[in-house]
Amino acid sequence: MTNIFHAPSRRELLLASGVLFAWAHMPRAALAEGRDPRFLTIVLRGALDGLATVAPVGDPDWVRLRGDDALTLDGSAKALPLDHFFALNPAMPNLARMYGAGHATIVHAVASPYRERSHFDGQDVLESGLTKPGAADTGWLNRALATMAPAERARGKEAFAVGPVTPLVVRGPAPVMSWTPPKLPPATDDTVMRLLALYRHTDPALAHALEERVDLAAIARAGAMDMRPQKGGAPQPQVPGAAIKTYFADSAGAAAKFLARDDGPRIGALAFDGWDTHANEGATSGRLAILLGALDGALAAIETGMGPAWNEAVVAVVTEFGRTARINGTDGTDHGTATVALLAGGALKGGRVVADWPGVAEAKLYESRDLKPTTDLRAVLKGVLRDHVRVDARALDEQVFPGSAGVKPMGGLVST
Amino acid sequence: MAFDPVPSDPQAQAAFALHRFGFGPRQGDIARVAADPRGALLAELKAGPKTIDDPALSGSAADARDTVAFQQERKQERQERRMQAAGGGMADGESNEMSMRKPGPPLPQRIYLDEAQAHYQAALDADIGLVERLVWFWSNHFCVSADKAPLVRSLCGAYEREAIRPHVLGRFSDMLLAAETHPAMLIYLDNARSFGPGSIAGQRQHKGLNENLAREIMELHTLGVRSGYTQTDVTSFANVITGWSVYPPKRFPERGGEFWFNARMHEPGAQTVLGKPYAQDGFAQGRAVLETLAHHPATATHIATKLALHFVADEPPPALVERLAKRFSDTGGDLRQVTEALVASPEAWAAPRAKLKKPGEWTVAAMRASGLSIKDVRRVVNTQNLLGEPLWRPPAPKGFSDDSAAWVDGLAERLDVANQVGRLVGNTGSEPDALVDDALGPLASKETRETVRRAESRPQALALLLMSPEFQRR
Repeated sequence: MTNIFHAPSRRELLLASGVLFAWAHMPRAALAEGRDPRFLTIVLRGALDGLATVAPVGDPDWVRLRGDDALTLDGSAKALPLDHFFALNPAMPNLARMYGAGHATIVHAVASPYRERSHFDGQDVLESGLTKPGAADTGWLNRALATMAPAERARGKEAFAVGPVTPLVVRGPAPVMSWTPPKLPPATDDTVMRLLALYRHTDPALAHALEERVDLAAIARAGAMDMRPQKGGAPQPQVPGAAIKTYFADSAGAAAKFLARDDGPRIGALAFDGWDTHANEGATSGRLAILLGALDGALAAIETGMGPAWNEAVVAVVTEFGRTARINGTDGTDHGTATVALLAGGALKGGRVVADWPGVAEAKLYESRDLKPTTDLRAVLKGVLRDHVRVDARALDEQVFPGSAGVKPMGGLVST
Repeated sequence: MAFDPVPSDPQAQAAFALHRFGFGPRQGDIARVAADPRGALLAELKAGPKTIDDPALSGSAADARDTVAFQQERKQERQERRMQAAGGGMADGESNEMSMRKPGPPLPQRIYLDEAQAHYQAALDADIGLVERLVWFWSNHFCVSADKAPLVRSLCGAYEREAIRPHVLGRFSDMLLAAETHPAMLIYLDNARSFGPGSIAGQRQHKGLNENLAREIMELHTLGVRSGYTQTDVTSFANVITGWSVYPPKRFPERGGEFWFNARMHEPGAQTVLGKPYAQDGFAQGRAVLETLAHHPATATHIATKLALHFVADEPPPALVERLAKRFSDTGGDLRQVTEALVASPEAWAAPRAKLKKPGEWTVAAMRASGLSIKDVRRVVNTQNLLGEPLWRPPAPKGFSDDSAAWVDGLAERLDVANQVGRLVGNTGSEPDALVDDALGPLASKETRETVRRAESRPQALALLLMSPEFQRR
């Protein structure tokens, strides 16, 4: 009999199940100081609306800019005040709580060096750490590890290389290991909507078939979601909120448990999709609110999953660029420039919003349409990598974010 | 859009040929085929079916013997365990022996997965895929089901390699004989235990006829339903093929699992089928009836209709069906010539691209378009299960439907799979425009192109491409 079943190796299982999360082990340099830091990056693909996440409620031009859609302290959904000027989207109570405890920092009006508005290129720049898209097949997080000589990487032999399915940010020479939550992420509402729009224009039979299925699924969820599908009318966003919440929390929570283990990895990356809110953005009660709520749940799941290790953790939530300052004609926002970066974790010296606020008056907007970038995202990341992970400062300038010597690491983010 | 006529430029014709007749383009395939799309299809036919040469696979007889041995082993283990339980407690040595049982799924499932791997790999490797599409088509036409019994699960892949694949460009009557005498089919449609009521074994054991295989040969494999045969024809034919059985591995360690014409089960005497008498001639009696059925005009029409329905349109152009049926009849069922006629027919190139790809075709096309290889065949198998076309497990002997309407409900599940593929390929794939060019070329509508280009991420761009009407239909 030549049919010898071979039980799939761990590597095969990992490859087969797709990759959303990757990690490598932690340098010994930090261990030598008696610290055991954890660092997790969450990439939000699709471009997060930073103004709808953390609103400048103290800016006199804010309400004029966004009108009824402006997040305010006394609106129908009350924003959570962070300081005298900024307030957090009410869908994120956990982040607000962490902020209150000094375990979260918001950096506003931040952007990568990328100044065009293509998702793909923007994600390339965000994840590669270079200034131009398409120039690298390695990511800044991986190169950060690679700059620490192999001897300094603890237990490196346990890591796996998983080329083509790993997020760019962790791809590269340093060995990475990957893992994926057992459940698939739900097809985002956004993908279904885009597909329906295409089908309606080109293939009504497929549009009808998909609409029917989406309706059925929505009815099944209706009790829990309190959303009724509208037959015949304009397509209602069928927000699989519960599924997305579960998926975000499960993957983030599981990642945290790995990071918490004594023998576990110390560096990781996750990616969440669905932030490209061109229509019906729903910052307080719709799609974006659901996504932000799911992200908030993910942060809480990381905190819980880490246990005591939370005190040695920094989570950086980043996105490729922001969205237009104004609301567009379909109650959404288009591709923009500056946005927010969210930092969470017990290792932070948090409880503050770091912003060189550019203002949102007409004349202050970048190209008269976007929030103007005043902080380079690389400065934030370099600050965390230098002070928390202990990556060499010169390596940060030359290898991790090449040509970034002029971008000084932001100091004082972590409490060491 | 999917229903628009195919532009006459070579790139569009190449993309069309790859989707309608093959398993869809891999990177660079459209350009490669564009010089002469029709010629490329004919060249693939000329090269003929690829023999699957996979050291992991055995023949069906060996698979059957191994499976029976495996089942006996398991049975023995169960008995020993029961005895130990009854005797109270167990010695250390015995418990070790039990824990040494091989991990993983039972043998039939292991064979099934190995065969599935070879089956999908051949489709992924094909230049265009017309010949592999024919293998899938005929395998579905002469389907067996792994759900019938563990033994069929072990044999269904070997069945396709042994009875179907070698004949897809040969004579229909040869494929018919190979299929109906294959152990997998004889077990699946119960003929292995059909006794001639007047045969020696039938008399001794008081057992009789099982008409299942005889009926399905006439209704599904050859003449087609309501084509004029009667219940009397079915019964007579069933008598003719009594004794077509399988050597039981337990009694015949050497030949176990092979086709067995068991004369002791065979109904004695002459039989009349469709008005034609067949003298008692042992196995040759049944072979003669199959030969007649293979050359019957109703069979030509039935096969021509099914081929046109599968490849061209849910309501195939009558002129095309007639032409294929005529070629079938004129050549004595030469499937190479019938297939060549299909490729040469203007209707096959003019019919709107309205057919929804079947789940398996679409999955393979998606893997080819995104450059995914089989990392774990269980994932592909599970995908087929999810999409409602489980491999070698049709719900009934009729096989899976070739009608688009049967599959349109599975669109939402396809979206889940498309998302999964997008994530697997991740952000490493081609630029969205290049992705569209490679997979659809000029067949892509400007709407599809725009939709893919405006995706929020590369994974989403790929998912939308795989879900686009032009990629779903052919």
